[in-house]
Amino acid sequence: MKIKQLSVFLENKPGRLSEPCHTLAKAGVNILTLSLADTQQFGIMRLIVKEPEKARDVLTQSGCVVKVTEVVAVEVEDRPGGLADILEIIEAADISIEYMYAFTFGRKDKAALVFRFDDPDKAIDVLQDKGVNVIGGVELYDSAD
Amino acid sequence: MGEFVTENRIWDPAETMPHDELRALQLERLVQTLARVAEVPFYKEAFTKAGVSPDDIKTLDDLRRLPFTTKADLRDHYPLGFLAVGRDRVARFHGSSGTTGKPTFVAYTKEDLSTWADLCARFLVSGGLRPEHTVHIAFGYGLFTGGFGLHYGVERVGAAVVPAAAGNTRRQIMLLKDLAADVLVCTPSYALTIAETVGAMGIDPKELSLKFAHFGAEPWTEDMRAQIEADMGLLAFNNYGLSEVIGPGVSGECAARNGMHIQEDHFIVECVDPETLEPAQPGCQGELVFTSLTKQAMPIIRYRTRDIAQLDPSPCACGRTGIRMDRVVGRTDDMLIIRGVNVFPSQIEEALLRVEGTAPHYLIEIGRPETLDEVKVHVEVRSKDLSDKMSHMQALRDRIGQEIHSITGIHADVYLVEPQTLERFVGKAKRVLDHRTEKNDA
Repeated sequence: MKIKQLSVFLENKPGRLSEPCHTLAKAGVNILTLSLADTQQFGIMRLIVKEPEKARDVLTQSGCVVKVTEVVAVEVEDRPGGLADILEIIEAADISIEYMYAFTFGRKDKAALVFRFDDPDKAIDVLQDKGVNVIGGVELYDSAD
Repeated sequence: MGEFVTENRIWDPAETMPHDELRALQLERLVQTLARVAEVPFYKEAFTKAGVSPDDIKTLDDLRRLPFTTKADLRDHYPLGFLAVGRDRVARFHGSSGTTGKPTFVAYTKEDLSTWADLCARFLVSGGLRPEHTVHIAFGYGLFTGGFGLHYGVERVGAAVVPAAAGNTRRQIMLLKDLAADVLVCTPSYALTIAETVGAMGIDPKELSLKFAHFGAEPWTEDMRAQIEADMGLLAFNNYGLSEVIGPGVSGECAARNGMHIQEDHFIVECVDPETLEPAQPGCQGELVFTSLTKQAMPIIRYRTRDIAQLDPSPCACGRTGIRMDRVVGRTDDMLIIRGVNVFPSQIEEALLRVEGTAPHYLIEIGRPETLDEVKVHVEVRSKDLSDKMSHMQALRDRIGQEIHSITGIHADVYLVEPQTLERFVGKAKRVLDHRTEKNDA
């Protein structure tokens, strides 16, 4: 139930963000969502794409440093309190979140949350126990089409 | 694995000459050398000025009464003021690789070229070369002594040479693969570039047939050796030389790999304190000084190499009697003085290799924005080192800074940069950008 996320190392300089984006565009890879973490000196761009392997290959060939990690995507009601409900379950199970970001995708009134957990398998179990829809890759990409 | 990394084979019995015979031979050859330089104007003048005559040299210890020769002396007598034979006897010219300033020329007679080939053959064989091998030489062929020196050494052993010369890394890799070379000869930094390019081309290094490598022409570290050996699946040997003395072949590692045996039947080595010029304490680092014993065209007396290393006179398991020198840690003129601390670029490299086993592509930038020196070290990130977690990336940067501090004692600001953004070098690497000297020049 985990999905693949690409992390790309970027120097914090003008123009650095557009290069990998152009590379993906040329290869016909659509970005479902991305999040940026940055310091004064460098940043990490995290991406969810439909074809992570292809994206990794084209980015690596273009000279980017890329890492693929597994993250957990969760479907949530697109309403006030939707995120808070999920976080409550995670906190209660004493699972740490390294980082997270959110986006809306093809489903009406639903949003997707992407989590990087210290223990993703435990998190998936706990969330599914509580009836939360943990989205697999296929489901996520198809809904976004 | 025993005490040898590969079979211990000796090319020339002279390499194992007993010490008393070796010293007697050195003295005999030193006296002959002094006779040969007696008419060279530079030496004539220098000896007179020092109040010493070649006839005063009766023992090896007397060598210390003779004056030193420096790079500046060679430049002052540009182009051929040190020639000790007629032009008709000169068979070849080479030049210093010009790492520092204007080149200086050196000359060889036919006999010198033969001696040189033998000296290279010795260290090549001690580092695994056999007549059935093919050797890929990725050194520049030209005035630089590396290419031709190794080339003729390989031929002397009876092995095949691929004179690939420098540049075009992808083509080099194609040659390595298609001609199935067993041995690689280049600078250690270029070997890293080759290893990296092999990876980028999607070739498994095991598809190459390389078993041995001989690296020289620039300082490198033990960690760098471990990395190249792991990446390329070969055994790497260190050799040392400089054009002013003969070129490669002054010393080289044996299969015991605990220092480079200086070919003492052809050179006398001294290790001196670069400040006082007095002999360095035994077991301490100092500047190496060489006197040639057999060169005809351009003998050199007490040449100050500016290379900093340490000598080890203890016996070696391989049976060679030549004293060993350890790695050159730097050059007196590479040495950076940062906030009063002596720092060699090789130390920064050592720190980087300690952290993640990362490729040491780095640039040291030194400035003095106010009154104090500030050091920035730019380091390329590799996929292996990348984490999606910011905290890990910051920890990586901090660890590099801590290693630099623990090795050099200085604080450096570490900048992680994207791969392939720092300049690659085919020959000798230039990894220091010193803005302080730029200011002085302006």
